[in-house]
Amino acid sequence: MGKIAIIGVGQSAFVRRYPGSVRELAFEGFKEAVQDARITAREIGASVVCSAPEYDKQRSPAGVFAEYMGLNPQPAFYVETLCSSGSTGLRLAYSLIQSGLHDVVAVIGFQKMSEISSAEIQERMGRGADIQWESPFGTMMPAYYAMYARRHIEKYGTTLEDLALIRVKAGTYGQLNEKAAYRKKITLEMFSDAENRMAAPVASPLRTGDCCANADGSSCVIVAGEEKAGAFCKKPIWILGLGAATDTLNLAGRDLFSGLTAARQAAGQAYKMAGVGPKDIDVAEVHDCFTIAEMMAYEDLGFAKPGEGKDLIRGRETYKEGCIPVNPDGGLLSKGHPIGATGGSQIRSVVLQLRREAGESQVREPEIGLIHNIGGVGVYGNVTILGR
Amino acid sequence: MGEKKELDERFKKFGTVSFTSVTKVNDFIDHLEAGRVTGTRCGDCGLTFFPPRADCCQCLGSNMKWFEVSGPGKLVTYSRLEYAPTGFGDDLPYCIAVLDYGDFKVFGRIAGDVPEEEISVGMAMKTVVSELPNKRLNYVFQKA
Repeated sequence: MGKIAIIGVGQSAFVRRYPGSVRELAFEGFKEAVQDARITAREIGASVVCSAPEYDKQRSPAGVFAEYMGLNPQPAFYVETLCSSGSTGLRLAYSLIQSGLHDVVAVIGFQKMSEISSAEIQERMGRGADIQWESPFGTMMPAYYAMYARRHIEKYGTTLEDLALIRVKAGTYGQLNEKAAYRKKITLEMFSDAENRMAAPVASPLRTGDCCANADGSSCVIVAGEEKAGAFCKKPIWILGLGAATDTLNLAGRDLFSGLTAARQAAGQAYKMAGVGPKDIDVAEVHDCFTIAEMMAYEDLGFAKPGEGKDLIRGRETYKEGCIPVNPDGGLLSKGHPIGATGGSQIRSVVLQLRREAGESQVREPEIGLIHNIGGVGVYGNVTILGR
Repeated sequence: MGEKKELDERFKKFGTVSFTSVTKVNDFIDHLEAGRVTGTRCGDCGLTFFPPRADCCQCLGSNMKWFEVSGPGKLVTYSRLEYAPTGFGDDLPYCIAVLDYGDFKVFGRIAGDVPEEEISVGMAMKTVVSELPNKRLNYVFQKA
């Protein structure tokens, strides 16, 4: 099999409300990635658009974007795995290139969550689960992750302060990321002050500060085979490993509630394909839609043994000076979570790190980076390993 | 040209808000009305399913037999919601939870009259039918 590289990355700023249409939003990430790769739209053989369709008013956005970005008449299509759509798009791009069908593919992720009203968002939130058997009880995404947090706390002695420490870290790096929606410093004291918004209960045991927020945003990743990568790009970042797995949608079908089985399986596949292990990872972007999600990621990815993730954050080992820097871009907790754009944004951050172009959040001389991108409550697990 | 066939929409009655009306396991609603919470077991290979389903993914058969969810299960985990999606606001606050019965698990709500300080992971709870306003039905977990 030939080597496949990421030759360009881009993203829009992630914002609460984007002042433009979805095609204009998607163009921002696309433009930056194409300029980064120093190519033109003509050289892109196919485009893969990633989003969560329940927030889209435009049906079949791949067709609209192909027109707006000058990608006609090349093929374009849409892929969806909830919040991990961007990583699934990368997997698809890899396959399209490895198969020989195309040599350069653009993975375009976007979400304009403000496209629909708050009331409409509230309605869709209720359908983010098994609509036949779970949604009639009144379920919401924070409550599902909260059930995992409860179990983790009961089983391992993880504390709410440990979870807050993860948010404090996210805030530290969110301040440095000019494309993040939330750039304020976060302190532990905010979580112990009952008057502070961070401490307000959402779904026990999780509080507002444990949850990421909706945002509008776009991202783009340009993927190419070895020959094209060499021709276009001075610093190609190679795709070393890809892992993807699924788990039951209904929680009643699960056996593990203190970690995400699909993430563990995806990690195993990606490590095997790359021929590396957790200790070889120099920087990671993990799917911290909730603080507990990052805690579980430490363990599901093998950075810590199950139950010992808390020691990593207590020892500041996941800060950029630590043994395994995690989310030096501020994570979803700081950037906001425009569903379809999130995976591409995580990939972009790791690519910038490996190129040593991450500015103030640069970790020390990384060679291998990892992206952990989860769809739903561990329904879709995706792990990608990149190298210089 | 026969008479117009009536759509079997019994499942519309399930929960505070139902998002499904037509399903092959609509008898689940009749069982709730009779005071029983039921799952299905494959009549060919014996695999047990909760929530109930019409088709077996192990042997591809559709010869399902109903069984009653009875006795105590163990509380695996739960969360108490302070916010709710559209249509559930009047129910707040409420707890969603998972009970483990050994060869299957049940996702549902904890009964509203169980005080939160009496809820603990690992405790024994049972699944019982709950009647909601407007002849709607669901099931909840009570202390066993």
